[in-house]
Amino acid sequence: MSVYGPVVKIHPVVLASICDSYERRNEGASRVIGTLLGTIDKHSIEVTNCFSVPHNESEDEVAVDMEFAKNMYELHKRVSPTEVIIGWYATGFDITEHSVLIHEYYSREATNPIHLTVDSALQSGKMSIRAYVSAQMGVPGKTVGVMFTPLTIKYIYYDTERIGVDLLQRTRLTPSRTKGLTSDLSQVGCAASRIQDMLTTVLAYIEDVLSGKATADNSVGRFLMDLVNKVPTISAEDFENMLNSNINDLLMVTYLSNLTQAQIALNEKLVLL
Amino acid sequence: MATRKESSSSPSAPMASTGGTLDSPVKQIQIEGLVVLKIIKHYQEEGQGSEVVQGVLLGLVVEDRLEITNCFPFPQHTEDDADFDEVQYQMEMMRSLRHVNIDHLHVGWYQSTFYGSFVSRALLDSQFSYQHAIEESVVLIYDPIKTAQGSLSLKAYRLTPKLMEICKEKDFTPEGLKKASVGFENMFEEVPIVIKNSHLISVLLWDLEDKSTVSDKHELLNLSSSNHLEKSLQLLMDRVDDLNQDIVKYNTYSRNLSKQQQQKHQYLQRRQQENVQRQSRGEPPLPEEDLTKLFKPPLPPPRMDTLLIAGQVNNYCQNVKEFTSQNLGKLFMAEALQGHN
Repeated sequence: MSVYGPVVKIHPVVLASICDSYERRNEGASRVIGTLLGTIDKHSIEVTNCFSVPHNESEDEVAVDMEFAKNMYELHKRVSPTEVIIGWYATGFDITEHSVLIHEYYSREATNPIHLTVDSALQSGKMSIRAYVSAQMGVPGKTVGVMFTPLTIKYIYYDTERIGVDLLQRTRLTPSRTKGLTSDLSQVGCAASRIQDMLTTVLAYIEDVLSGKATADNSVGRFLMDLVNKVPTISAEDFENMLNSNINDLLMVTYLSNLTQAQIALNEKLVLL
Repeated sequence: MATRKESSSSPSAPMASTGGTLDSPVKQIQIEGLVVLKIIKHYQEEGQGSEVVQGVLLGLVVEDRLEITNCFPFPQHTEDDADFDEVQYQMEMMRSLRHVNIDHLHVGWYQSTFYGSFVSRALLDSQFSYQHAIEESVVLIYDPIKTAQGSLSLKAYRLTPKLMEICKEKDFTPEGLKKASVGFENMFEEVPIVIKNSHLISVLLWDLEDKSTVSDKHELLNLSSSNHLEKSLQLLMDRVDDLNQDIVKYNTYSRNLSKQQQQKHQYLQRRQQENVQRQSRGEPPLPEEDLTKLFKPPLPPPRMDTLLIAGQVNNYCQNVKEFTSQNLGKLFMAEALQGHN
């Protein structure tokens, strides 16, 4: 399905922000809207920040607090001067006539704004997140309308963001949705068990192929070869040496830092005598 | 070290055990996932060049828990923004956030750090003013380099009540510190953190997991550690040098003090002898002169810097130990992998 328009890359912080403002909406409001900030590239639009804008919506009219939007944008620009208004978001599944009006307002602020809908009411069973850009349609000269064409969405993370999101994912598993921050060795254990899970999946696939239950795929086979070759074959003696020297380094550093700590504790006691 | 409140370096010490020994009004911190993501993003986008990025935490206090529900970043201090009013920015931001029903109660601030070097005078002053104004405020320290290595490093600190008293009175002499018996371990207390997400965010996370590719970077299991270790040790050495200089200064001071005491003593004795002689000769005794005018006592050096440096050195050592224990584990795993070949 070929889609006209740039690819929209969204950072998870934007989606979390939208969900949070939906949860905090005023009584009686069925949806929230807000501005999207980000950067525009030649073929893609990267959405990195957002803020919600108070608005009132009824059957026949809609009022958006534009002063507020302008103010917030100024404040945000102070912190990150590279972000520009690239569009707006709304929670809810459909696009209503009011959306067209709001979109018109935003086209005054940004060239070709995008419109993001986040279905936080979960109408279709899951949270569908879609992006649109407006296009003119109709007969030129006579009735002209506006059509929203969908765009492809990609989720993009910084490395550190990825690690943060991984940690947040683990909060899903506990019933109280909480998770403490673990410390040192247990983290290594967690990472190792994750790799172990992945290896089990791969092994199960291999077993299936061997017993004929699944068809062998060449590209997967090539990846498997890479995987096995990644463990370098080093002679036992060399490896022993490398391992021992590394372990010695680490032990020495541990010893020195323990010594330093004992030293400053002693110094403290002497001074306070 | 009975009052060690920082997380110990033993591999399996759970965080919850430190919570029970705190005697402050805040025993636990609950952070929303949104705040974590915002802090990470702020550093990533704005903090590459300069040292630290800072921002304000918003939330509320529920019983003995401090819930942090939102945050906003502070712009950097640049030279061409000389007339920039921080307070005004903050006020405007909070007013606007109130319109959209975001909690506008100031509960603390966050700062990024470089290899764990955050124990400084500036931090102490800021946290003191915050804690003075708002009883339960904390400072969240985010370490981006440690996070990039595989595990989110976010710690929450408060000043101990003893340290608060000292800062209030501004009495940084050795006697003052001795009175309050504050050591570098009693400066900051760490509050355990728990991350909590609402149901809607959980749904979002499920969706994200579906749509995103499996992360192919397992930084945490990376075996190459020498770069990070070198930098940490370099910083540690610098600090130890500073501490050394400070100790030398203090030593010279105490030596001067004792020399002066001796001189005073000698002077007094000579005076007394002279007076006795004069009395035996029938002359009026010499008046007792004011000793403090003759012998000006040397100024005791302020101990606050020493305390801070010691605290910083302690922090570095803790980080280094954590790092080495992780790496030892990884090395043993690599050995196991080779052993089966």
